[in-house]
Amino acid sequence: MLLEPALVISAVLFTLGVAGVLLRRNAIVIFMCVELMLNAVNLTFVALAQRLGVGGQVFVFFVMAVAAAEAAVGLAIILAVYRHKQTVNLQNINILKG
Amino acid sequence: MTLTFFWIFGVVAMAAGLLCITRRSPVASALWLVTTLFALAAMYVLLDAQFIAVLQVLVYAGAIMVLFLFVIMLLNLGRPGPSDLKGPVGLGIGALLAGTLLLQLRVLGHAAPPAAIQLPEGTMAALQQQGMVASVAGPLFDAYLIPFEITSLLLLAAIVGAVVLAKRRL
Repeated sequence: MLLEPALVISAVLFTLGVAGVLLRRNAIVIFMCVELMLNAVNLTFVALAQRLGVGGQVFVFFVMAVAAAEAAVGLAIILAVYRHKQTVNLQNINILKG
Repeated sequence: MTLTFFWIFGVVAMAAGLLCITRRSPVASALWLVTTLFALAAMYVLLDAQFIAVLQVLVYAGAIMVLFLFVIMLLNLGRPGPSDLKGPVGLGIGALLAGTLLLQLRVLGHAAPPAAIQLPEGTMAALQQQGMVASVAGPLFDAYLIPFEITSLLLLAAIVGAVVLAKRRL
């Protein structure tokens, strides 16, 4: 019976994460918005696991491991970029543009 | 009663998420994200996923967010600078895209899962009898053993990659 509210909250959280990625320019904040999206998906997994078996909870475990790896590598990249550009504003980081 | 508490934590999570994407200072954003993560952990408990709730607090609110705050403070970005929101055109397009996505997700949420993957009655009650840690650990080390081992490889690669990327000179 908690499935319906969980899906509503999860959809809102995922949308907030997408909006953050689309609207912000600070690379670290965008990174946090990605974490918000991952958490919204985790909520869906856990809510559905209640009805469809614990496989969903096992997947949440994997998502957390991937999120930890992603945070470590991503923040290292941000550090490396900051050292070159002295900024984390994505407007000024356009070295991939030809 | 459970439903009321679930909605309370849900509203806290959504409000904190909104504040997280609107605050100008990255530190404030990070702290609101921690609030969201804690509210989500409480919701996991209400959804019978106590083990995942503990992991959420330990790994997400503990380790990952400390890493974020560490980098923010290392780069000395704690003070709120000029707003980094996009201009009115970007704002409009972003809000429109996000609204469309929300609509789609809500439509998807009404789809019923196929009967073939529905659990037989009483399975979850039996699992709860077994204890939630055991019922998660069972499949993790049995059916999902290979993905579990690959996860450890992934984490090793991430550690090495983070050191290589962040180091000034090897």
